[in-house]
Parts: sequence; C-alpha cells; structure tokens
Amino acid sequence: MTRRLPEAWRQPLAIVGGVVALAWLVIALAAPWLAPHDPLAQDLPRLAAPGPGHWFGTDQLGRDILSRVLYGARVSIPLTLMLVALSVLVGGLLGACAGYFGRWVDETIMRVADLVFAFPTVILAMVVAAALGASLTNAVLAVLVVAWPAYARVTRGLVLGVREREFVLSGRLLGFSVWRSLRVDVLPNVTGPVLVLATLDIGTALLLLSGLSFLGLGAKPPSPEWGAMVAGGVEVFDSWWVATFPGLAILTVVLAFNFLGDTLRDALDPRTARAIKERAL
Amino acid sequence: MTVSGDVSGADTPGPPPAAAQRGGRARVRRHPLARFLLRRVLIAILLAWGITLVTFVLTNLVPGDPAAANLGQRALGDPAIVAQWRQEHGLDKPLPQQYLIHLGGLLHGDLGTSQQSHRPVSQDLAETVPATLELAGAAIVVSLVLGVAFGVVAALRRDRLTDHALRVLSLIGISVPTFWLALVAFYVFFYRLQITPGSGRIDPGLTAPPPVTGLATVDSALAGQWDVFASAVGHLLTPALVLALYTIGLLTRFTRSAVLEVLGQDYVRAARAKGLPGRVILFRYVLRSALVPIITVAGLAFGSLLSGTVLVEAIFAWPGVGQYAYKSATTLDLPAVMGVGLVVGGVYLVINLIVDVLYGVIDPRVRLQ
Repeated sequence: MTRRLPEAWRQPLAIVGGVVALAWLVIALAAPWLAPHDPLAQDLPRLAAPGPGHWFGTDQLGRDILSRVLYGARVSIPLTLMLVALSVLVGGLLGACAGYFGRWVDETIMRVADLVFAFPTVILAMVVAAALGASLTNAVLAVLVVAWPAYARVTRGLVLGVREREFVLSGRLLGFSVWRSLRVDVLPNVTGPVLVLATLDIGTALLLLSGLSFLGLGAKPPSPEWGAMVAGGVEVFDSWWVATFPGLAILTVVLAFNFLGDTLRDALDPRTARAIKERAL
Repeated sequence: MTVSGDVSGADTPGPPPAAAQRGGRARVRRHPLARFLLRRVLIAILLAWGITLVTFVLTNLVPGDPAAANLGQRALGDPAIVAQWRQEHGLDKPLPQQYLIHLGGLLHGDLGTSQQSHRPVSQDLAETVPATLELAGAAIVVSLVLGVAFGVVAALRRDRLTDHALRVLSLIGISVPTFWLALVAFYVFFYRLQITPGSGRIDPGLTAPPPVTGLATVDSALAGQWDVFASAVGHLLTPALVLALYTIGLLTRFTRSAVLEVLGQDYVRAARAKGLPGRVILFRYVLRSALVPIITVAGLAFGSLLSGTVLVEAIFAWPGVGQYAYKSATTLDLPAVMGVGLVVGGVYLVINLIVDVLYGVIDPRVRLQ
C-alpha cells in the first residue's frame, strides 16, 4: 500500500520534529555502540571542560558526560513512552466508562478527576513520589496519578458525542454486548484525538518526570537520568557543561514531540486542515 | 481517519476543572448571574472539602513511614521512642478519627505542627506563601501581557514569517525544562555577566521592610524604602521571567487560535465591510470574544506557574512555598505536606472560581447553561 504523506505533514516543523525524535530513538537503541565511554566509569580527569576525547566534558566524578547523555536516552525515553501509554490506557478506559455508562459511574470518575485537577501537577506528583519513596518507578506512578484525568476528560467527551449516534444504537439493538459495542463502534471514533493528545503529552510527561528526578524524587545516582544529571550540575556551578548538556537533551526531545504533536493537531483539526489544503492547491 | 469531525474536542483547552459539573437544571430566573455565582461557590466549597480528603488520604495511605523519615537511626531502634513519637503526633489513632481531628483543627485555622520546624504549619505557610504569590503573580502578569500580545500578532500576521517565528518560539517556550532554564539564567546573568542580583528576595545588606502584605515589593514601597524596592524588583525579575516562559508559550498558542476563530466570524466581516477602523474591530469585536478561552487557559496557566515555583525556587533560593513543599515532602512531614496541599489547592481553587466568574461576566451564554 503506497500512501502519500498528508499535506499537513509536509511541513518543516513536522519534519524537524520527526527527524529529531527518530534520532533520539536510534540513540536510545544504539547507545552502547555510540557512547565513547562507559557512562558509569569514573576513570577520566574530574570536571574537565569539553574538548577532544570528551566532547561534552566530564563531571565531578570523572565520568564522560556525552556517554551519560547518550545512555540517558535509554532511561528517559522508554519510561516516558510507557508512562504516556499507561495514562492513555487508564484515563481512556475510565473516561470511556464514564461517558458510556453515565450516571453514578460518570459522576464518581469525573469528580475524582476534578479533584486531581484541583492540584498543581508538580506539587501533587511530588507528594505522591515522596510518599511512595524516591525511585524512578515511583516517579512514573506519581506522574501517572496526575496525568490520567486529562485523557479521561477528553475520552468521556468524545464517547458522549458518539454514544447516541445511530450506528452505536443499531449495534446495541443487534445484540452487541457492552464491551463489543465499546470496542467495535465507540473506540475507533475516539482514538484519533486521544492519540493527538498523547503525542502532545509526551513532552509534558518527560518534563515532569525529569523534574521529579531533578528534585531527587526519581532516578537515584549513578543512573544517567537527565534530570538527575542537571541536579548534579547545580553542585558544581562554574563547570557549566555538567548541567547544560543533559538539559539540552531534555529540551530537544520535548521540542521534537511538541513539533510533531502541534502539526498532528493541525492536520486532524478540520478547520485548519481545510486551510492547509486550500493553500496546497 | 474517520474522526476528523470530532477533533476539536482535543484542540480547545477544554472546560475549566469545575465546568464539567455545570448541571443543566438551573433555568434562568430573576438573577441569573447571582444564581450562577452561588452555584460556583457551592461547587468550590465541595471541592475544598475534597482537597482536604485527598491530601489526608494521600499522605496517610501511602507506604512511607513518617517516623522513619523524622527520627534518627538510634531512636528508630527503640520501639518505645517510636511509639511515643507516634502518640505525640496523633498517629496512633484510627485513620477516620485522625481525619476528623484534622478537619476540626482546620475549621479553627489550625493546620497542625510541622514535625521538622516544630512550629505551627500555618505560621510557616504565612511566611512562605506571600513570597510564592509575589513570584507567581509577577509571572502571570508578564505572561498575560506578552502571551496575548504575541498571540494577537501571530493571528493577524497569519502564515507570514512573524507567525511562523512566534510558533517556533512559543513551542520552545513550552518545551524548555524550567529547572534547567533557571540554572542557565542564573549562571549567565548573575555568575558570568553579573547584571542580575543573586538568590533570595532582597540584597543581603538591606533590612527587610516591616511586613504588611508579605510581598517584598509592595511592603518596601509602602514603607518608602525605595532602595529596598529596587532591590526586590531586581531579585524578582529573573525568576519571574524564567517561570513565565512556559505560560507565555501556552498563552501565545491559545490566543492565536482563539483570535483566528473569531476573525473568521460573520460579524467581524460585517464590521470590516462597514468600514470600522482595524483597532476598533480588534479590541471591541475580536478580543472580547477571544477573551473567554484565553481566560480559561490563563487559569490553568496559573496552576502550572504554582507547579513551576517548586523547581525555580530551588535554584534561586526563593523562600517560598515551593521550597517548603519540597522540604516537607522529602521528610514526609505530614502536617506540613497537608498544609501545603490545602493552601496551594485552595489558591488554585480561588483562581478557578475567579475564572468561572469572569467567564460568566464576559460571556452571558455561560450563565444560561
């Protein structure tokens, strides 16, 4: 099947975002072959400025920062993707139930979502992470707690929109079970927008996760997690390279997914999509 | 994709947190606005109670042990000391009873005693909250002014170079890790260029003005200490700008799409056909309608500012609630954590209430729902 790239995707931002995101995925997969040093080995001169042999410099323990940044992709990127997938799953399922069943199911789920929305995200995530104990897994759980309601809300709205449509009702009249109806008739009509939200959310999730690690509530040393590496740079303030490069790594990954998500949203929004098509003609 | 017709749901900012609760029952009677306000306030009170419940449950049902976080190794080895410590802090009673005691205290303005500072949590918060409000308040003002201005410019110059440049800039704004940006700004402007003052709220050599509002800028101006005022503004500038970058990006994006949406309306075309000057059309016709979604996002943006303060305060040694929250969360200082959750949740709640009310004031249709 040969399909042409939709017009909206042939945009410089989407291309840049796609290329950078892909590059980071490749780095995450190939880090052991790309990294010039062992990310944990403390055998280089301490706090050496960037230069030949160690292009991003070394940290206070004599570890190669370039290698740590490359290996960091293996820590942060899979965890962030898993986190967003979990949020979509949990939030989507709860939101779909709320929208489909209505009444007390809806009330209960959406009031809990409202409560989570009543807190600023980092503060709630910080409390959850601190209470569970500092570890990367717990940080992921903490971010999950604050991330699912957005999906629940969007999915619920979309399900409410299709619930009463003829094709769903006729499916039910044909004797579809609740789950079959949800799966066959409702789900395909809500996945698109939820996936856009998910793409846009990858950046936010990574920011939150690395923020928790920066506060010391996520990755534990010596893990080459980017947020924790920036925190390490705070201690050796005048060696700017220690914090700069892991920060740039976070920035480029988040930016790439935001470029992608932004274009995706334009492409799927009927109003902007039409405008783009008109321009393309 | 077969779903394109439904996408707008993900595109718009979504209803404000409490808007989902807006029932369709109320019919417009004599005072629609008063009824609307009353309903919003009642929902806010319910949510406030919910916040007390969530903070309590969160800080109690999770597997962290506050005794382990607060007592030393040797004290932990002695069951008698641990038991006495738990009794002192009311942790030996059943949970529902602990919650009722906690709730009763709250009604009397008693937030308990911090296990770390050994002072009333309310006193700790009274000192830290104004510092954070000053920081977040300055940041939201900057974000609103710049974000709305950039968004309007981007919409008016749609698809031109300015629009594309602003799009990239606003996307960068929402992608920069705040904690990293704070560090970079501190390093570049304070350490290298030495054009901004260092950490804290005023220069260490100056005496703080007598506290009236708790806001260093306002208090120093009230006291007529202009050197302190200048110092306070200088100290506020960098962290507020760092904090604002994310919300500037957010507001630029939403203002742009809100203004574009209104620009396409028939009544704007009619106003233009009538020959009204562009400025009148922009301010009286376009911005007024576009303000509704912008205000919603601004309310949400304030929440993200409060979140951001945790990360920014750490770098700039800003003695605000963010640092206090961090310290109490990592030491599992439960009364302090609950106090922070309550106050921050409460501030957020009030902001959302204001947003809802503004919503009703600006857009009469909202009141009729």
